[in-house]
Amino acid sequence: MPVSLQTVGRAWVVGDNIPSDQMVKSHRVFLPMEEIVRHVLEDAHPGFAPGVRVGDVLVAGRHFGQSSGRAIATKAIKATGVGCVVAESFARTFYRNAFEIGLPILEIPHVRECVSDGDRVSVDIVAGSLTNERTGAVIDGRPTDPFLLEMLRGGGLIPIAARLAGESS
Amino acid sequence: MSRPLTFAQKVLERASGESGLEPGMIVDAYPDLYMSHVASWRCIRTLERMPGRTLFAPERIAMVMDHLSPAQTSKTAEHHQLCRAFAREHGIEKFWDVNAGIAHLVLMENGHVLPGQLIIGTDSHSTIYGALGAFGTGVGFSEITATWVTGKLWMKVPESLRVEVDGPLQLGVFPKDVMLSLIGRVGADGATYCSVEFHGAWAQGLSVSERATLCNLSMEMGAKNAVVPADETTVAYLAERGVAADAYDPTWPDPGATYRETIQIDGRELVPQVACPHSVDNVRPIDEVAGSALDQVFIGSCANAKYDDLAQAAAILEGRTVASGVRLVVTPGSRQILTDAVNSGIIATLLEAGALITNPGCGACAGDGGVMADGERTLSTANRNFRGRMGSYESEIFLASPATAAASAVTGRITDPREFIPASRADVEVVA
Repeated sequence: MPVSLQTVGRAWVVGDNIPSDQMVKSHRVFLPMEEIVRHVLEDAHPGFAPGVRVGDVLVAGRHFGQSSGRAIATKAIKATGVGCVVAESFARTFYRNAFEIGLPILEIPHVRECVSDGDRVSVDIVAGSLTNERTGAVIDGRPTDPFLLEMLRGGGLIPIAARLAGESS
Repeated sequence: MSRPLTFAQKVLERASGESGLEPGMIVDAYPDLYMSHVASWRCIRTLERMPGRTLFAPERIAMVMDHLSPAQTSKTAEHHQLCRAFAREHGIEKFWDVNAGIAHLVLMENGHVLPGQLIIGTDSHSTIYGALGAFGTGVGFSEITATWVTGKLWMKVPESLRVEVDGPLQLGVFPKDVMLSLIGRVGADGATYCSVEFHGAWAQGLSVSERATLCNLSMEMGAKNAVVPADETTVAYLAERGVAADAYDPTWPDPGATYRETIQIDGRELVPQVACPHSVDNVRPIDEVAGSALDQVFIGSCANAKYDDLAQAAAILEGRTVASGVRLVVTPGSRQILTDAVNSGIIATLLEAGALITNPGCGACAGDGGVMADGERTLSTANRNFRGRMGSYESEIFLASPATAAASAVTGRITDPREFIPASRADVEVVA
């Protein structure tokens, strides 16, 4: 499924070092996704799961998604409908998993200095920038490698690998 | 002369066939080994969704049934069944069943991990393979599936950190304490995306098991991989397991390579350390938390359930008993470790002290037996203490060395192991 590389919506702001164990708690890992989604990040931001709308932007601090590399955590974030996750930095397993499943993410150091919870923001992954529509501030992040942008456009790693496998067989 | 390179640059240049790699560049690299553990069934299910499902190199696939073993639900049993059938169908020789133990330790003990290799695994603690001079890194299960088919995976060339430790450590202080201290100092994201290289006489003086503790725990400061460069210790370890030195090609960083930072640690003054709830970088010297009451002590995990870890615990527990009302759960890292510990009498010592010995594997570290009720506290030798990892979300996990765990099991409270190690017992600390 193609992934949109631009999004606009409400910003949901959470803190530093949020572990994957908190995105999807261990005892919910094997539940259906509809159930998992209702509890995503319930400790970090109780309003997020009930209030999030398609296209919204999750804004996090440093080292978002640390701990276990469980892909279900990334999938659950994507399943909430957020258009993008912007963080000051990501734990590397979360970072890989996001591209793997086609969840747009962007690294912007100090992003939380310019965005408050509830602000309306727009994000352009290709340009690597976030615009705070309330304040007018535009902040640039670390540009995403073209290879990873291609993976997002292709819907993630498996559709691309499947295509490669198809071509070689 | 060509410019000096880090370990990570050299391994990724070889594995990608490209030269001139600099941190931040992305390459397609061809890993030498693809490890999948309990997630193997997910890899197989993903493969079923792909056309042209030929395997690039079945001999590079390793599967170990470690996290949920033996199966306690029919669902898990089905997953194991699927993996067994897949391994048979595709001639996967590096398939290790539920009796083998923790994937990382099993692969190292059986000569599947070699110096200079690039190894990917469906487990964040795949950094451990650096104990044998390999570049090990954790990836997602779909990434393993993609690699099964294409043989390659994207890798970002990491910056490198250099860690130098001055030894020797005091009696009762261990590599685990060095790592907890380091993680506490740099923070949980102190080495994010980085390759961590351990250098200096102290690291080179460690056994492969002790190096495994360093490389394993490096994940908890965010590292992409960690390594103690291969040396005579590495060669001797592999030779004991039937792997001759001409079967591999070690990689060493060049003198003068560029590091983001060099971190110096004075290990000589270090005291036992404890990571407190609910994050691994919430580290305190033991005297600040000594006395806290415990419900359970867990000696297990890929970080610290190796033979010498069990030996250190047994040295303290010999002739003593576990405090009343406290559960001591010991989960040996692998079948080989359990066998050796049975033969040397360590298991008998632990049983006499009152320990519960479980089957080898990940056990309670992955929440699979030995979990906690609301309000309970465990001191664990594992590598993570996030909320809810070992049962109830309303329980607490402290992390420490096997010696601290054993001493704490005896008293039922967090206890400095140095109280149990008279100077005359120095010999038991030098377990190879």
